[in-house]
Amino acid sequence: MKLVITAFLVIFILTITLIPQNDPLKESIVRGKEIYIDFCITCHLPSGLGTENTYPPLVNSDYLRNNREASIRGIKFGQEGEMTVNDMVYNNVMAPLGLSDAEVADVMNYITNSWGNSNNKMITPEEVSAIKK
Amino acid sequence: MKQYFALLSVIFLSSFSCAQPHPTKILAEDPEVVNFTSEVVIPGLNIPWGMAFLPDGSMLVTEKTGEFYHVINGEKHVIEGMPEIYVRGQGGLMDVKLHPKYEENGWIYLTYASPLGEGDGGNTAIMRAKLNGNTLIEKKVLYKASPNSTKGQHFGSRIEFDNDGYLYFSIGERGNRDVNPQDITRDCGKIYRLYDDGRIPEDNPFINVPNAKKAIYSYGHRNPQGLIKHPVTGKIWEHEHGPQGGDEINIIEKGKNYGWPVISYGINYDGTSFTDITEKEGMEQPFFYWTPSIAPSGMTFVTSNLYPDWKGNLLVGSLKFNYIERLVIENNQVVKREKLLEGIGRVRNVIQGPDGYIYAGIEGKGIIKIIPQK
Repeated sequence: MKLVITAFLVIFILTITLIPQNDPLKESIVRGKEIYIDFCITCHLPSGLGTENTYPPLVNSDYLRNNREASIRGIKFGQEGEMTVNDMVYNNVMAPLGLSDAEVADVMNYITNSWGNSNNKMITPEEVSAIKK
Repeated sequence: MKQYFALLSVIFLSSFSCAQPHPTKILAEDPEVVNFTSEVVIPGLNIPWGMAFLPDGSMLVTEKTGEFYHVINGEKHVIEGMPEIYVRGQGGLMDVKLHPKYEENGWIYLTYASPLGEGDGGNTAIMRAKLNGNTLIEKKVLYKASPNSTKGQHFGSRIEFDNDGYLYFSIGERGNRDVNPQDITRDCGKIYRLYDDGRIPEDNPFINVPNAKKAIYSYGHRNPQGLIKHPVTGKIWEHEHGPQGGDEINIIEKGKNYGWPVISYGINYDGTSFTDITEKEGMEQPFFYWTPSIAPSGMTFVTSNLYPDWKGNLLVGSLKFNYIERLVIENNQVVKREKLLEGIGRVRNVIQGPDGYIYAGIEGKGIIKIIPQK
């Protein structure tokens, strides 16, 4: 019996110590995917390609790549009026989504690291919180 | 090896090509003759979700973000005294409807996402109130769905009255597809029926079912954003968003199950399927379905004499394709679909005003009026 308990203890300690420290960016991306499925997917689609002339793409989007602050602001407060994405002018309305700062950060980390997009400078809730209307 | 790759790519491609197995047979056409124009009558609105004309010709308009406007001669006056509104995802301030006897009793009905009750998040509520100047008074929440949820989807929220004065409203399944719509002991994914003061009618279909939500009139719905009384039969017509494909028009019957998500003509957004069947005993077939989806919001029957070619037709707003769809119905079937004002913008709502003109709420634009050419 003692042996069994010792074995369990050993396995338990090994499990705790051997699992690598979790990567906060990866965790944020996982949460961000849930937000994306819940709030964004109906227009921007699972592929992130959107619809030409109506919903701008997130895949390989020059706007998203070059306008980090404006992208966060759009998700945080909603977006309206003309914007140019990959040389195409969009003029539509994205209503304010009602997301918390942490949720905005998560979904930004997801869309900037999906479909071939890459961004290793993680967006934090603090960064989102500092961005005003 | 080459053949192996060829075979693989055939399998790969065919798994995509059967993504939408039930396309709608009748396609939406461009109009042959365009004998109408449109003009913006109320500019400067983002998501004009609901609208209603007052007897003096002024208009009540809801903005999804929570502002409620009384528009007099094109000028917007903000209505004060609004309830707390939960603005998140597709939820916010939604429909507005006048009591059929508004001139006698002054009742206004509003649907909105409300954080009332226990739990994080919100759910759809319907309130009735009166206007005193530009302030809401005598407010009473007639129904509030529970539980609250932080999910962003499917609040439903259209309001309609039938010829007997019953109040109908829709609540979507709140992004909880596999739990809510088929369970009559839970809210969401339902059409509800109440008396105009919020009491539950004694002959509602599930009044004697233990634990059932007694206000439910029909169930198995996904996200109904269109509800209108048929001008001749008096029946309540509904439309609802499907997922990818499978948007539906249904004629609502007491106690019936409209099948979501057990039967559907749609598939998941990622192309996978959640059900293999489109019909089942005990579940209603839609009157009509759209695949691909048009993302329908708002609808009205044309009854006025101002549009002779459209009389008796059903108009439906399309959020996805930026037009108003005109559906011609003969012998209880849709026989023709036409795209009106294609490119106008996301159409959130379409109504026929008491003056006989058709008005539509366009996202990012405002309220437009369709003017026939003489």
